Amino acid sequence: MSGLTVTAEGRPSPRTPSSFLEVRDLRVAFRTDDGLVKAVDGLTFSLERGRTLGIVGESGSGKSVTSLSIMGLHHRGGSVKMTGEIWLDGQELVSAPADEVRKLRGRKQAMIFQDPLSSMHPFYTVGAQIVEAYRVHHDVSTKEARQRAVDMLARAGIPQATTRVDDYPHQFSGGMRQRAMIAMALVNNPDLLIADEPTTALDVTVQAQILDLIRDLQEEFGSAVIIITHDLGVVAEVADDILVMYGGRAVEYDTAENIFTKPEHPYTWGLMASMPRLDREVKDRLRPIAGTPPSLINVPPGCPFHPRCPYEGRNGIPCRTVVPLLPTDGSPGVACHIPSPERRQLFREEVVPTL
Amino acid sequence: MFAYIIRRLLAAVLLLAIVSLATFAIFFLVPRFAGATSADLAARYVGKTADQEQLEAMAEKLGFNDPIYVQYGRFVKGIFFGADYSTGPTVEHCPAPCFGYSFITQNPVWPDLIDRLGVTLSLAAGAAIIWLIVGVAVGVLSALRKGSFFDRAAMGIALAGVSLPIFFTGLLALSLFAYNLHIFPPGGSYTPIGENPARWAYDLILPWTTLAFLYAAGYARLTRAGMLETMNEDYVRTARAKGLPERTVVVKHGLRSALTPILTIFGLDLGLLLGGAILTESTFSLPGIGKYAVDAVVNNDLPKVLGVVMLGAFFIVLANLIVDILYAVVDPRVRLA
Repeated sequence: MSGLTVTAEGRPSPRTPSSFLEVRDLRVAFRTDDGLVKAVDGLTFSLERGRTLGIVGESGSGKSVTSLSIMGLHHRGGSVKMTGEIWLDGQELVSAPADEVRKLRGRKQAMIFQDPLSSMHPFYTVGAQIVEAYRVHHDVSTKEARQRAVDMLARAGIPQATTRVDDYPHQFSGGMRQRAMIAMALVNNPDLLIADEPTTALDVTVQAQILDLIRDLQEEFGSAVIIITHDLGVVAEVADDILVMYGGRAVEYDTAENIFTKPEHPYTWGLMASMPRLDREVKDRLRPIAGTPPSLINVPPGCPFHPRCPYEGRNGIPCRTVVPLLPTDGSPGVACHIPSPERRQLFREEVVPTL
Repeated sequence: MFAYIIRRLLAAVLLLAIVSLATFAIFFLVPRFAGATSADLAARYVGKTADQEQLEAMAEKLGFNDPIYVQYGRFVKGIFFGADYSTGPTVEHCPAPCFGYSFITQNPVWPDLIDRLGVTLSLAAGAAIIWLIVGVAVGVLSALRKGSFFDRAAMGIALAGVSLPIFFTGLLALSLFAYNLHIFPPGGSYTPIGENPARWAYDLILPWTTLAFLYAAGYARLTRAGMLETMNEDYVRTARAKGLPERTVVVKHGLRSALTPILTIFGLDLGLLLGGAILTESTFSLPGIGKYAVDAVVNNDLPKVLGVVMLGAFFIVLANLIVDILYAVVDPRVRLA
């Protein structure tokens, strides 16, 4: 709760952020031959050290683009247009020179990617890749860096780290590769760790271990964590706050507890209904959200979710014309035209029985 | 790793044996299928004036009436241990590796080949260094600035480079730089490196650049394609996410992967050239293996052709072997396979 209340209680001036990470009105657009792709369209949220934010949404909802923006990994200029503000520990990243952001990258904010096999260079040993990550930001001898790599691998739960450090990525199993990726991301004690679908490519049995590891290490290092996923089960496990994204915008932003107990956005309901549950009758079918994610070139006017929303136009709400927005100060909210009491009632009476 | 090298080595030896078998078959077995008799084969070794009886005698002396495997054995033995040719009163020993004597010059083939190898080696090595550096550098820059003016210009020139034959670019270069501007020596100039290294390089600049232009163009296109692919790999994104300087990302993470296919092609190209850069040597009248091969074919000089083919095959197999081993050094995943 604290991550949100602090921001909600207001900040001294709009220029000085009070949170460790503050994203304000972030907009990222890509120029393509087919038109302008608005991958992220006005996103605002904040995150404190030691807390975990889960960003949830379908493919193409702008989750990964957001994380790459925070990492400063979009090619500047050229086809990418990025506006808004990203404040990380008092430093603004969108307007910062590329080389400044580069120096923060890996040290202040680090990232774990979805597929640990393709994310590691096949020609270098796991150890060499961790050593490299450490030595960019620390002026130490190869020997010290190597010791650090061994320590980190051991910390990430790789058995016999002293010998496995010289293995190549293809000699590791999938789960071990992701552990090695985590070791590599955490080698510089980053204050912010972004995990982009960290468990999607892994065995179900390994998924829980990796999530546990991320949580343990977060407690140990006190870093802020952003977990990007389409899997509500993952965020349920680790997230303090949840940001639900749809069509490049945030549609619901609240604590994990609130999102899971009393979600208010029809899209969030849809996500929950499409999640398989063990305690449900096998004969019941999953309820997928009808339709497909919107084109980010021609985002539907008004609420981007209206073509798929079962409550569109209910009681004359202007779904097709007016864009529902979250509070611009980054406090919790729901981007929906249905009045809040009615939403709660709908959830209780129409959605819960189907879950 | 050791087992891998041994395996490749054995494969290389086996391959050479097969090549020798095939070469032998082409020259001594295939004509028989086409209906040639031993005497017809022997006719290639003697003057046109010989009558049938002399040919029969010659065929017997050269062993063309022996079973084919005995003949092949003799051919292989000649390569490894040398051969003895009786010329009537005396027996002449042809030291190993013996491919026989040229029909035209009466010289043993092997020493002639070795003489000419220096020229071909100088040409190929010099050109290879130029085309590797230029081709890869242009390819990388083009890929990094995809769609820029540099990229378009470079790829346009590269397309011309791969399309224009040596005997066009070579003659153009000769006519312009040697015969009109008199900056570089005319065709046929060659000085061994041992004699005068500066002169050696000066004489070879035109052939080097002409040959390198052709290959650099191909390498630039290959490198560009490879770089465009690897720079989009996840591990390059990881390298960036570590905060590595862009230079390190490009060279250590991107180029390193993009170079592996280049390595393979480079080995093949170099091996092929060492067996004779036929067009370049002919265009610039350089006395190398390629020129030797052309002369041999034109004059129907069988022992010389045999020698060139085996030498060329040897270089290609050797280059492949080296590439295979280097590949394992470069890509650790290969070592397991």
